[in-house]
Amino acid sequence: MNSLRRYLVGGTAIFVSVFVFLVPFAFIVLTAVKDRKSAATRSFDWPTSWHLWDNLVQVIQTRDYMLVTAFVNSTILTVASVTLLVVLGAMVGFVLQRNPSSRWTGLVNFFVLAGLIIPPAVVPTIWVMQSFGLFKTLHGLILIEVAYGLSFSVLLFRAFVATIPKELDEAAIIDGAGPLRLFFQVILPLLKPVVVTVIVVQSVAIFNDFTNPLYYLPGKDNVTVQLTLYNFQSQFSTSYNLLFMNILLITIPPLIVYLFFNRQIVAGMTAGAVKG
Amino acid sequence: MSDAITAGGVTAGRTVARRARRGASYPNWFYLPAAIVFGVLFLLPTIASLFFSLTRWTLFEANFIGLANFIQFFREPFLVQGLINTLIYGVVTSGLKVIIGMLLALLLTSDIIGRGYLRAVVFFPVLVSTVGVGIAFVALMHPTQGMINETLAMVGIKGPAWLTDPRFALYSVALVDVWKGVGLATVIYMAGIVSIPQDYFEAARIDGATAWQNFWAITLPLLKPATVTVIILSLIGGLRSFDLIWAMTRGGPGFTSDVIASVIYKQYQAGFYGLSTAGNVVLFVLVALIIVPLSMFLNRNEVER
Repeated sequence: MNSLRRYLVGGTAIFVSVFVFLVPFAFIVLTAVKDRKSAATRSFDWPTSWHLWDNLVQVIQTRDYMLVTAFVNSTILTVASVTLLVVLGAMVGFVLQRNPSSRWTGLVNFFVLAGLIIPPAVVPTIWVMQSFGLFKTLHGLILIEVAYGLSFSVLLFRAFVATIPKELDEAAIIDGAGPLRLFFQVILPLLKPVVVTVIVVQSVAIFNDFTNPLYYLPGKDNVTVQLTLYNFQSQFSTSYNLLFMNILLITIPPLIVYLFFNRQIVAGMTAGAVKG
Repeated sequence: MSDAITAGGVTAGRTVARRARRGASYPNWFYLPAAIVFGVLFLLPTIASLFFSLTRWTLFEANFIGLANFIQFFREPFLVQGLINTLIYGVVTSGLKVIIGMLLALLLTSDIIGRGYLRAVVFFPVLVSTVGVGIAFVALMHPTQGMINETLAMVGIKGPAWLTDPRFALYSVALVDVWKGVGLATVIYMAGIVSIPQDYFEAARIDGATAWQNFWAITLPLLKPATVTVIILSLIGGLRSFDLIWAMTRGGPGFTSDVIASVIYKQYQAGFYGLSTAGNVVLFVLVALIIVPLSMFLNRNEVER
């Protein structure tokens, strides 16, 4: 009886999930390998002929290898901003948790929450970036991603620092470690699990970011992968196969990350729920 | 550096030294690098937006015009529409994510076959490019050639025109948002369900409770922290949502699926920087007015219980 139910409910769920979740992805893949004419019908059927390689080469070559530039830019953007987010976020989370009597604690906590809730003011940000020469530059966008992602990282780090016994700090301090050595040689290595979580969650978020590059990094030389879709949308309006090949290509990095870091992603994203 | 060590043998001396060093070991300047980035690129623009929203602004000069931008915001029908749409979009997406997320989590933590596979497929859309999902669903939701309506036609239902029908456009985008985001709500609920002690269900079983009573009397109340998180997270995301709407409808047809975030972008593109910034302030106030009281209300009940 119970095992029958187990198969019945599970079987139904799998059946439904195929339609709701797998078919849209299958649609992307199948359209990406079709020729231009049969892709234009938007129908969900087996390709009459396979053009995986042709489409791939064509997408990559479009507009002077724009997609290659975009992948390079997005990689630099993701690596640089995630590195900064880890170091800066861990420093704040560490002091915030360890030294609650500091007069800055209340203010810092308030700004962390503000950073989570307040939608960034777009045009004033552009104005500030222009006066610092950061507008339309990749390093400007890197700093933007850091500023917007800090709150979430700080929350994760603060929660994890609380689980590291303070006796460890004291031992290090008695052995003569200054704050920098204490943090970089004692604490940061112990934060490894949460560092992995922050890296994975933030790199997916930043790699998939569309809005911020759209506002703060306009221009053809600076495209990031998400903007290639936007730029190609008009150009590819008649060639769905290439547009979907592009979607397929930029989905691969998150897919790889998901396959390897499934657990950390889920842990990081549910971190808020445990606290309640 | 050597002070603490030379004081070593005497316990009292060591405690004093340790206490004196505590502040120095967790120095406030550790905040500094983060504070500079956050302050310059987030706080400063936010504060500046309060001023620039009161101006007609070209980035080079700003003429103070008082509340004219805000008056325009609440008078122009398409801007008011954007405000209402933002609320609808936020409430619909977060409501559906709570309901569907909870049901999926109950299903995926129960004893069924294929759990690992189901968890993976439900969560994966969370990680996929929003714009990519949007473009794919624009093709799937095509009124005549799209797969969704072709499938519906096979079972004799005439599907709506989804994105091209002004009545449905906003809700169609909201549905895709739920499709993409429900995996996050599901894993949050799953973490909540797993942390419920089995003793409660044991006790309920002895008292002869039905599955239905179990859900209403044990699972639902104990999932409240998870529900609060899902509501707050999806409301913050939903009210600020831009990329999916922009990728799927660009606020169309007409202005029927415009939200404040897309209005901000459109006014920015058109060069109305003051008005665009006023939109930002409106969005800020709207999000704060909804999220702050809501989270205080939801969390206060939590403490009382």
